[in-house]
Amino acid sequence: MADLTSTFVGIKSPNPFWLASAPPTDKEYNVRRAYEAGWGGVVWKTLGEAGPPIVNVNGPRYGAIHGADRRLLGLNNIELITDRPLDVNLREIKSVKRDYPDRALVVSLMVPCEEEPWKAILPLVEETGADGVELNFGCPHGMAERGMGSAVGQVPEYIEMVTRWVKQYTRMPVIVKLTPNITDIRQPAAAAMRGGADAVSLINTINSITSVNLDLFAPEPTIDGAGAHGGYCGPAVKPIALNMVAEIKRNAETADLPVSGIGGVTTWRDAAEFIALGAGNVQVCTAAMTYGFDVVKEMISGLSQWMDEGGHESVASVVGRAVPNCKDWQDLNLNYVTKAVIDQEACIKCGRCYAACEDTSHQAIFNEIDGVRGFKVNEAECVACNLCVDICPVEGCITMRELALGEVDERTGKKVEPYANWQTHPNNPAARAAE
Amino acid sequence: MPSDPFTPGVVAGRLSADEIAENFQDLHPPLNDHEAHVAADRCYFCFDAPCATACPTTIDIPLFIRQIATGTPEAAARTIFSQNILGGMCARVCPTETLCEEVCVREVAEGKPVIIGQLQRYATDRLMAAGTHPFSRASDTGKTVAVVGAGPAGLAAAHRLAMLGHAVTIFDARPKGGGLNEYGIAAYKATGGFAGAELDWLLGIGGITVEYGKKLGAELALSDLEDRFDAVFLGIGLAGVNALALEGSGPEVVNAVDWIAEMRQSKDKTDIAVGRDVVVIGGGMTAVDAAIQSRLLGAGNVTMAYRRDRAAMAASVMEQNLAASKGVRIVCNAAPKALVASGVLFARTETRDGQLVDTGETFEIAADQVMLAIGQSLAGQPDLALKGRKIAVDEHGRTSRPGVWAGGDCASGGDDLTVTAVAEGRDAAMDIDAALSA
Ligand SMILES: Cc1cc2nc3c(=O)[nH]c(=O)nc-3n(C[C@H](O)[C@H](O)[C@H](O)COP(=O)(O)OP(=O)(O)OC[C@H]3O[C@@H](n4cnc5c(N)ncnc54)[C@H](O)[C@@H]3O)c2cc1C
Ligand SMILES: Cc1cc2nc3c(=O)[nH]c(=O)nc-3n(C[C@H](O)[C@H](O)[C@H](O)COP(=O)(O)O)c2cc1C
Ligand code: SF4
Repeated sequence: MADLTSTFVGIKSPNPFWLASAPPTDKEYNVRRAYEAGWGGVVWKTLGEAGPPIVNVNGPRYGAIHGADRRLLGLNNIELITDRPLDVNLREIKSVKRDYPDRALVVSLMVPCEEEPWKAILPLVEETGADGVELNFGCPHGMAERGMGSAVGQVPEYIEMVTRWVKQYTRMPVIVKLTPNITDIRQPAAAAMRGGADAVSLINTINSITSVNLDLFAPEPTIDGAGAHGGYCGPAVKPIALNMVAEIKRNAETADLPVSGIGGVTTWRDAAEFIALGAGNVQVCTAAMTYGFDVVKEMISGLSQWMDEGGHESVASVVGRAVPNCKDWQDLNLNYVTKAVIDQEACIKCGRCYAACEDTSHQAIFNEIDGVRGFKVNEAECVACNLCVDICPVEGCITMRELALGEVDERTGKKVEPYANWQTHPNNPAARAAE
Repeated sequence: MPSDPFTPGVVAGRLSADEIAENFQDLHPPLNDHEAHVAADRCYFCFDAPCATACPTTIDIPLFIRQIATGTPEAAARTIFSQNILGGMCARVCPTETLCEEVCVREVAEGKPVIIGQLQRYATDRLMAAGTHPFSRASDTGKTVAVVGAGPAGLAAAHRLAMLGHAVTIFDARPKGGGLNEYGIAAYKATGGFAGAELDWLLGIGGITVEYGKKLGAELALSDLEDRFDAVFLGIGLAGVNALALEGSGPEVVNAVDWIAEMRQSKDKTDIAVGRDVVVIGGGMTAVDAAIQSRLLGAGNVTMAYRRDRAAMAASVMEQNLAASKGVRIVCNAAPKALVASGVLFARTETRDGQLVDTGETFEIAADQVMLAIGQSLAGQPDLALKGRKIAVDEHGRTSRPGVWAGGDCASGGDDLTVTAVAEGRDAAMDIDAALSA
């Protein structure tokens, strides 16, 4: 059996699946049940300063995008940080941590962007026995209007400053949670690092309006005839999150900064992908909110099966394995030639590949074979774009065949040559001469 | 002249070996990867899922379906086998329409359940095809347990006990193991020698010895087993058949379970004699199986005659429909009176104030072969307290004799189903383990 145990910035957990700071981790009742279901760790729902608790809207706080069969693809929320008193949360954190010493428990924090409030809250958290803190510089609604959350996360100098204060006032590991609502994720990550962060976690939610109510002419979720933008999460945001994780890992300055991967993790495979791109563990929110805590069982069994099958002994041994293969476009091999091949046995003759290629691509699919309905690739036209593969409803029916070195590409009439990229390509005005 | 469906009398070879093979193909052909993904995608991953509660072995169904949906059918199979080691057979024979699929929220809402049974088969087939056994034994406890009966109950008990580190010896009266999986279940539900293959795979856990041709009450005595072993589990099923004395003579009369057992052991079934006009008496699963398989062997006219009304039939609506689709005629309110030269004489019955009464009318149904499927009973009465006509057990499977447990069809409580036998065998094993480790 593969070893799923995880050590992230010194924090141990039996598996790399943590619940992200959000409603699933808002109270002791939830967190205990999450641990019982098998979650390796949780990041407690973000705590604010002592004093009168935060208030939430009392109308709907979520909007959603659904796929076929009402599968939840994207979720949008306008919830704020915890609306329960600080002392209640702290007491519960202490009690849970005492009973589950083998599980990770990290406390998410968001207080005003001043030194005193940070200095005041850290000893209180330390006293609970929690394993670390996560600084919520990501929340894009409500709190940002008050100068917190993503209002901090969008200014690298603030990130650095607050992180430095926190490191100064606590010995606990510090994870900085980043907002994706910026243009270059490497800047806030580097700022967190300069401030002394032990790790970054990303992504928090993305600014979004999921839909507009066409009777009320107001964004959803609608509160008394009006709506505010919210934060988007769930399966739909995974590609954005994966790229941001990869950017941090590919950047020399931040390559060694540990990353906790968040955003759309729904199955074991999503988690494995984040880990392959350099995440040391993953955090999950929407999948748990959609299916309940038991989804972690599939994540554990799936990751473990995949690791066994691939001979991967530990999670650590796969972290970042895909990073060296994340390249810039200009490094890709322009002499790598493939052609689509339609498996005639598997083909159900729906003709979608033909419509896609004929109408929108390269007119490289015949719609008749020997005078009868049938679909076949015309290699003289196929540019290997892969669109037919992606839109074919039969998995594995259309595949891409790699041309061997020296084989003639019927489209160009040229033989396949060894590796060469744009940087040396004759059409590139800035091409350096090949060595 | 070779015989055909029109040949009068009870004869073998009404159809060619090829035609029979075609007729006895898998009732539900296995799902391919794509079909399994589409089917799995329909599952809502319900909380406290009704399907799992309805399953007598309480398989975590939403979890295993999600494991299929996420491309790990082997992990799905482990989820299934950890609760039900005969999950492969159950996937084929469980009347899912009255168990998990009946309560699937999509059945309730749309009349189209997630096809749980077929998904279970997809996952279990995948893991079993790899030829490996998913569990390993705990270290040897030094304790020994005798299991009598190698049917679903006995096998489930033996597997669990072996897994927990006990040394198990199974005794069975027959020359082969599997119980009714091997000798009773309809051939089209467990094609390709599945019962035997599953038995071999199950024994792959190790720590289990099997002795065939050893019958309790003949070669074996219960007291003897109690002396030789630390605990005894009885899973002897219902080896007797209920008799029905019909006056007169004419058609040949057989017990449906015996006829089915012989057919199940035949190589290509061309040697199994079946009437041109068959009348099956009974209204349960065995009657349906006998009637359908008679048709599949080429019987011209097959009638299932049941003495009560249709609503009282033990066979599910799905099974009744399956029988009808194979050309079986179902006649209700027909109580057999006597055999006559051309067939069977029936009295018409009616239910009045909950009582079954003869209406006084009679009628005949032509038959050259009559199959009796009116129930099985406990045979060779072991020296144990009974409840009704079965061995009395408590919720842990304990019998009236300390150190002796029982489960499956022979024991009181629960339906006579493969999956129930598995659950009872497994649970008794857990209780035996607790008793032996105390
Ligand atoms: C024709 C038929 C069709 C059926 N179809 C289905 C179906 O589709 N789905 C379903 O869920 N259920 C079905 N059932 C019911 C199901 O087969 C039984 O509920 C199940 O097999 C019970 O398991 P068991 O282990 O208790 O007994 P059995 O399967 O009967 O096994 C008992 C074992 O004990 C052995 N034995 C008996 N007496 C002795 C003795 N004195 N000494 C030693 N060994 C002994 C027998 O040889 C046998 O191997 C069917 C039953 C019949 C008869
Ligand atoms: C209702 C809701 C409330 C959230 N509240 C917080 C919060 O208090 N603090 C925080 O750091 N992130 C919060 N998040 C963001 C999540 O922790 C997570 O970063 C985001 O949902 C992306 O992960 P996912 O795609 O698995 O849901 C919240 C998300 C949701 C849906
Ligand atoms: S999930 Fe439904 S029932 Fe529960 S608080 Fe939200 S709106 Fe109310």
